[in-house]
Amino acid sequence: MSELTMVEALRSGMREAMHADASVVLLGEDVGRVGGVFRVSDGLRDEFGPARVIDTPLSEGGIVGTAIGMAMHGLRPIAEIQFADFIYPAFDQLVNEAAKIRYRSGGQFSVPLVVRAPYGGGIKGGHYHSQSPEAYFTHTAGLKVVCPSNPRDAKGLLRAAIDDPDPVIFFEPKRIYRAVRDEVPDEIRVPLGKAEIVREGADVTLIAYGAMLYEALAAAEEVAREGIEVELVDLRTLIPLDLETLEASVNKTGRFVVVHEAPLTSGFGAEIVSRLTERCFYALEAPPIRVTGFDTPFPYTLEDVYLPLARRIAPALRKAMED
Amino acid sequence: MLGNTERPGGERGARAADPDLVRVLDDEGRAMRKPVLPIERRLALYEAMVRSRRLDERLERVQRQGRIGFHIGSQGEEAAVLGVAEALAPEDWIAPCYREVAALLHRGFPLEAHLDNVFGNADDPNVGRQMPVHFASRAHRCLSVSAPIGTQLPHAVGLAYAMKLRGEHAAVAAFFGDGATSSQGFHDAMTFAGVMKVGVAFFCRNNGWAISLPAHEQCAARALADKAVGYGIPAVRCDGNDLLAVFEVASRALDTARRGGGPTFVELLTYRAGPHSTSDDPTRYRDPDEVSRWAARDPITRLRKHLEREDAWDIDREAALLARVDAELKEAIARAEKKPRPSVASLFDDVYAEPTEALLAQKREALALDEGGEG
Ligand SMILES: Cc1ncc(C[n+]2csc(CCOP(=O)(O)OP(=O)(O)O)c2C)c(N)n1
Ligand SMILES: [Mg+2]
Repeated sequence: MSELTMVEALRSGMREAMHADASVVLLGEDVGRVGGVFRVSDGLRDEFGPARVIDTPLSEGGIVGTAIGMAMHGLRPIAEIQFADFIYPAFDQLVNEAAKIRYRSGGQFSVPLVVRAPYGGGIKGGHYHSQSPEAYFTHTAGLKVVCPSNPRDAKGLLRAAIDDPDPVIFFEPKRIYRAVRDEVPDEIRVPLGKAEIVREGADVTLIAYGAMLYEALAAAEEVAREGIEVELVDLRTLIPLDLETLEASVNKTGRFVVVHEAPLTSGFGAEIVSRLTERCFYALEAPPIRVTGFDTPFPYTLEDVYLPLARRIAPALRKAMED
Repeated sequence: MLGNTERPGGERGARAADPDLVRVLDDEGRAMRKPVLPIERRLALYEAMVRSRRLDERLERVQRQGRIGFHIGSQGEEAAVLGVAEALAPEDWIAPCYREVAALLHRGFPLEAHLDNVFGNADDPNVGRQMPVHFASRAHRCLSVSAPIGTQLPHAVGLAYAMKLRGEHAAVAAFFGDGATSSQGFHDAMTFAGVMKVGVAFFCRNNGWAISLPAHEQCAARALADKAVGYGIPAVRCDGNDLLAVFEVASRALDTARRGGGPTFVELLTYRAGPHSTSDDPTRYRDPDEVSRWAARDPITRLRKHLEREDAWDIDREAALLARVDAELKEAIARAEKKPRPSVASLFDDVYAEPTEALLAQKREALALDEGGEG
């Protein structure tokens, strides 16, 4: 057990996995010599050698396509995409290949692949170092999508993702890469598909994931001073979605608000709202609310306006309590 | 000898002496033959190179002071950028990567507009939407910089095709790095350009590195220029730190493009003297000896030595130039820094020609919150 940042926790998860299983390899741009532009894999090339920690040429389609080939023949590749914004050249390989290979081969082939990608805003990265593209992938059958919010979960979910027999896209909230420290146990696993109730409350359910969890928490604390008790749920995994936990909470509170950085339209919040509306319709006492990024590209100077920060979440919580 | 006996990116001696490499100036600035570029233009270009260098150095300091979020410079690559810029005709287009702002300034893009982008203020032509040094100017026939690598290259091909169809006789200068030659955009652009026979000159700034990946690990080919063969596109390799050579090679490639002679691939052998960007620490992966070897081949020093040999330059002129450039930059940066940030309303403009109803509703929401003064 040690106090780690998310960067350190992810590194420790990869190191443990690589020690435990010689078939685990890491590949991506700048992951070796410099240990990744965020230093998540710092030291791993020295420890495991350049054959297992591979600095690749500049092609995301090449990285993911090659990783799929590795995964079909006994390796357990972790492919790093330097920024989630640069995942689109690999979109074809992810959506048409990784996601469908098990199905289209009648289960003859599988792709135990983890694609790690730092995502999200708040670091003054403008359009191309800030995006939250998770919904494109949650829309694709065959892919699992994970998004941790703290060092402990990051490591535990990463280990579970590496163990998983199917392709997992692992979005890392880079804004909080170094912002929080946690006690992170050795050999920890956090199962995919289990949400966590971070804060209990009887009045309104607040659902968030990734870096926005902290904004959600700040908003919950703000309205608590006005007597509104928020139940905050950290999704942790988008696919598979832990509907059971969400449903139980919403049946208790009768109200819910969903937060994500990605734009509103067709964002993952839309999926959560429809699922919970279908399941909890008669328990609902107010319309669901989504607090999200706007339907614009991610800006540079005005990112504080764009992001669904606590100052936008708190009014939504109050509004949910009005009806 | 310069880059012709060494592979950039640190691997020494991997390449035999390269008779194909175009050079005009030797390492000491001696002209090996009569340069095409007239002496007045050599002087003007020297000043532009110095201005570009001083701007990068200054903005790196400004970034370290926390006054801007990011900077990406072109130290060591000034000849590669400005040699091409000088060869451009006013009707030609630039499809830039992110290290060619000097080419845009050379075309008359105001320094003030560039600094407005760097500070992301209300006067930024990109309305503070892009990161610093992600410029665009339709008026100067320069496309909008995109961070995703290689995406501009097929655009260059399509733009050139559009000019062909519209009966315009101009070229497109497409810029990119060694790393970009692995991107899908590069492959698509080269494939299409070869088949469509469009007027694009592909300028590959082979600066030895793609962040931490040395060029010889980017591609196993002997030279990046060899890649062009497979697309049926003629290729030239040029000493990218030799302004006079770059100008001559670029002039020929652009001229061919304008005359309907189709694409050319130009590999400019140069060196990224600085960090990849202010987010990078190259001491983690680069041999300091390699950096100093290339410092000895610095394009600005080389041109200065040449001008001194020609009795066109001396210490006094150098001192006067530095004083003038530094004063200009200092004043311009201070002015850009004082300007306000873009309005909240502007966040919602330009998503479409006409905003959707949904977007207008979101704009009202953002404005209400802004007026509430909660942030
Ligand atoms: C598609 C994509 N993948 C990754 C990146 C991150 N990245 C930014 S610059 C760069 C290296 C580019 O190297 P090169 O093409 O040689 O250009 P240079 O920076 O050396 O001028 C990388 C990997 C990116 N911008 N776009
Ligand atoms: Mg390069």
